[in-house]
Amino acid sequence: MSMSRRTAAWGRILALLLCAGWLAPAGSQEARIQLGTPIDEDQLSGFDLIAAPDGSGMPPGAGTARQGRSVYELNCLRCHAVNGEGVSGNTVIAGGDMRSEESPLRTVGSYWPHASTLFDFIRRAMPADAPKTLSDDEVYQVTAYVLFLNGIVGEDESINSETLTAIAMPNGDGFVDHSHLH
Amino acid sequence: MKELQWEKAAGNGLLNRRHLLQLGLTGLGAAGASAAFGQDAGAILQIPEWSRMPGANASAYGERSRYAGDLQRMAGTPDPIYPGGGSSRTPLQFLQGTITPNALHFERHHAGIPDIDPAGHTLVINGLVRQPLAFSYENLLKYPMVSRINFLECSGNSGALLRGGNADGTAQSLHGLLSCAEWTGVPLSTLLDEAGVSPEARWVAAVGADAASMGRSVPIEKALDDVLVALYQNGEPIRPGQGYPVRLFCPGWEGNISVKWLTQLKLMREPAQFRDETSKYTDTMPDRSSLQFTFPMGVKSLITSPSGRMNLPRPGIYQVTGVAWSGHGAIRRVEVSADGGATWAEAEMQAEPGDKALARFTIPWEWSGGPAVLQSRAADSAGNVQPVRDEVLAARGTISFYHNNCIQSWGVDDGGAISNVYV
Ligand code: HEC
Repeated sequence: MSMSRRTAAWGRILALLLCAGWLAPAGSQEARIQLGTPIDEDQLSGFDLIAAPDGSGMPPGAGTARQGRSVYELNCLRCHAVNGEGVSGNTVIAGGDMRSEESPLRTVGSYWPHASTLFDFIRRAMPADAPKTLSDDEVYQVTAYVLFLNGIVGEDESINSETLTAIAMPNGDGFVDHSHLH
Repeated sequence: MKELQWEKAAGNGLLNRRHLLQLGLTGLGAAGASAAFGQDAGAILQIPEWSRMPGANASAYGERSRYAGDLQRMAGTPDPIYPGGGSSRTPLQFLQGTITPNALHFERHHAGIPDIDPAGHTLVINGLVRQPLAFSYENLLKYPMVSRINFLECSGNSGALLRGGNADGTAQSLHGLLSCAEWTGVPLSTLLDEAGVSPEARWVAAVGADAASMGRSVPIEKALDDVLVALYQNGEPIRPGQGYPVRLFCPGWEGNISVKWLTQLKLMREPAQFRDETSKYTDTMPDRSSLQFTFPMGVKSLITSPSGRMNLPRPGIYQVTGVAWSGHGAIRRVEVSADGGATWAEAEMQAEPGDKALARFTIPWEWSGGPAVLQSRAADSAGNVQPVRDEVLAARGTISFYHNNCIQSWGVDDGGAISNVYV
């Protein structure tokens, strides 16, 4: 096979691969493998569960602590007990004081820096024995209830993406970001 | 005995290698030597039985020798309140070298091990990118891969020792949330480049496909540096307990940022502030401020043998051996003390230490039969030196227990029994 015919044969193979979407040219020289399927953010509305402090990812919906009480009794009480007092060390979700003399009890109310984390965590991980079974409204309601148990919102305050992310948590300024130290 | 004096490397019996070789030549032997020789030097050796008949056939899947001991992880008891939550610990005191066998790699799960069919698993990259993308497992396998040998340590490892109290355990029960493996996968930067990271993106929020949808935020600098989208562990597909079919792997950093069962990477301006980077894995200081995003695991070492709950059968020569590692680089030096830190001798490394990998050290020690406190102290390529427990306590108190890299002290009593001690 002459040099030019060999080059032509490789050219055809490359063209075939490009057509099949196996390789895509990047820059003039190199060919890179690019196998990610393009998608739309719309396709991720039920998949991307990240609800951040800036309100991004918070779904529509709202709820009050008064509504959340029954959601809590049905879905949370069995592990977190009355008033969020917990049944074990890692299920206490109310109370505590970061300024106490003894080692402080760290809970949603006393420790957590952001209210968005509560919605985010309950929606993705709770109830621990049946995660992702609550509707978005129920998550807002029970989020409001846990905040109410911690004395952070009133019983009839409507909690939605805006009011939730506007909450200043008691220990909101208690954290030092160490991420630059590496 | 005069000779022995000058061959000593540090107090209370630590020896240098030259001395050990000499002991061997002069026939003193080692307390740990095999029964066939050490016990009865006059025995006439015979061809053993197993050399006189054919052995077993080759097998499809290998097992350890039935004489090699029953190596098991130590797993907690299941808790109905915390379904699938908990951990299992690596039996460090029975392993040698630096690679943890996959079946013994430690685990920590927040909602159990999902049973993922890779045909139904997707890895999504979205957020601040030019083009959101979805990757199938099949397609991830087609990318060029790289391999790295790195340790993985849970930031809660050794935490109980900060609080003191009854920590009468083994290397496994006290420090077993530590393992080391060869991880193979696609550099995260390759996939991020394909999606096109926008200049405002500062963090990558990583989410797993387990029932807790475990999430952690990774700074973009790290994500574009050495992070892997890992598919293989020590040559085989990552095991379910380690994140099958695909996990994030962030070399040197606290374990749970290497999100298992990886299903989403979202480019963001700020951290997502997940529960497992706010409520947990943060360290409250004595002044009640709390450190967040403490990523690299500090320089650390641990004597794995002799160690907690072992017994020295008789005075004589022992190899003190252990592992050292640092999230800031490679191990440069490990020193060992047999007198609770009064004097130190430099240990030998069994192989050239790798970057953010376990390194194995060893040093001969002659136990006199009296009390001793064995300690090891590591230094890394970034100039960090492993602190003593009191330094760690003075700096950070006992409110939090993550990221403890203090020196472990193993006390040896006159009977040869070894236990954790605080010095
Ligand atoms: C089957 C038991 C169980 C049920 C039911 C349950 N939880 Fe939990 N919850 C847990 C456990 C266990 C943890 C700790 C998880 C961990 O540490 O990984 C937890 C953690 C939490 C936390 C975080 C605590 C912290 O300080 O980090 C919150 C908030 C929470 N649960 C809220 C809820 C709500 C709201 C419900 C009801 C919708 C609920 N849980 C139902 C067991 C349960």
